[in-house]
Amino acid sequence: MIAIVDYDAGNLMSVKRACAKVGVSAEISNDPRHIRNAERIIFPGVGAAGSAMRSLSKVGMGVALLDAYRAGTPILGICLGLQISLDHSEENDTQTLGIVAGEVRRFRLDDPALKVPHMGWNAVNVVRSHPVLDGVENGDEFYFVHAYRPVPANRRDVLAESTYEGAFCSALGRGSFVATQFHPEKSGRVGLRLLERFAKWDGNA
Amino acid sequence: MLSKRLIACLDVRDGHLAKSVKFVNTKNIGDPVAKAREYYVDGLDELVFYDITASSDRRKIILDVVEAVAEQVFIPLSVGGGIASVSDATDLRLAGAEKINVNSAAVRRPKLIAECADAIGNQNVVLSMDIRRVTATAKIPCGYEIVINGGRQPMGIDALAWAREGEQLGAGELVVNAIDADGTREGYELKLTRMISESVRIPVIASGGAGEPSHLYDVLTTGKADAALVASMVHYGDYTVSGLKRYLHERGIKMRMSW
Repeated sequence: MIAIVDYDAGNLMSVKRACAKVGVSAEISNDPRHIRNAERIIFPGVGAAGSAMRSLSKVGMGVALLDAYRAGTPILGICLGLQISLDHSEENDTQTLGIVAGEVRRFRLDDPALKVPHMGWNAVNVVRSHPVLDGVENGDEFYFVHAYRPVPANRRDVLAESTYEGAFCSALGRGSFVATQFHPEKSGRVGLRLLERFAKWDGNA
Repeated sequence: MLSKRLIACLDVRDGHLAKSVKFVNTKNIGDPVAKAREYYVDGLDELVFYDITASSDRRKIILDVVEAVAEQVFIPLSVGGGIASVSDATDLRLAGAEKINVNSAAVRRPKLIAECADAIGNQNVVLSMDIRRVTATAKIPCGYEIVINGGRQPMGIDALAWAREGEQLGAGELVVNAIDADGTREGYELKLTRMISESVRIPVIASGGAGEPSHLYDVLTTGKADAALVASMVHYGDYTVSGLKRYLHERGIKMRMSW
């Protein structure tokens, strides 16, 4: 059973439906005790870092996630779930969870032809192999929607990169935490396969 | 870099797929859930449902269609037609829609765009604009006018000004639907699409008039659109989603080619 973290950060049903499609039962939960004891966790989210952190703190969910991470529970962050796993976000100048060292910066997008946010299908190139990304072929495209990009402090935490106004980290991982800037639940079959692999992952990278 | 997107639009009336010519004479052409599934498997990048029965009391029908599709189709799903409030938008989101298209109601009450953007995020609010060509005047300097109610009611609003206002109010994307071209299969309105795309920083989806693969190529290059929306071309089996993507890819347009 996968616990999907509910913290008022967007529509979680699409993640739950995608899990059901690959034969994995998942439960949406806003109860920190449930998250602490979950077998594995999906930490999704869209929206702004500031309000997301406030919602997480209010119910003690941030602490529960950190506890689960320290206990070695496999956790998959998606989109905002990736961004607030770093130390700090430029968005609303927010201190975030600090599971992975680094920060989140806004795309500069000096080129007026580049639209904001980065929305649509873009290629993902794996730069460090990881069980959850196993089977992603270089150039496979995933669906993105975001205006900020993650900048991990340690190169070894970067699992995959994509290009928009230069290369940026599109997947990262440390210990039992793995996260994608793209939305596997909206990325067709390549995305569903990623969720399937996460559902089988033991948390060892 | 981002790929250009191929989007299929399914007009849904009473739970059935319909297709109009110049916004009238709609007829049933099949089951929307089966069509959605077929296009998804064939590599479609995004799907739009337009509920053309939205004004009546049949709201639940479209929610059921969206829910059935969301269980099987794992690409962004967008829904429009008669959305007039935040609760309309959130109901559709819960049923499984990623993005919400607002149109006539936003023209009547522009604040709707900001309200929806606050509730579901800018990136999920699509401003769909029905636009017709007119003689340029002081009031409509760009020579294109916004119309509403399925193209029947001219509003005396300049299309370019409305596109910019929509972006300011928080729309995350624009659909440029040229009603002069709708259903004609004679090609998109390139000049209009390009003018709007060059005037905003949010993505522009070109709609109305696609009949041949070259029309898609033209609107994604000359027309500067980020995505091309098709309906008749694929609904009647004249072209396939994967065939259109391959055509564009072979001519140098970046498309998602594995799925």
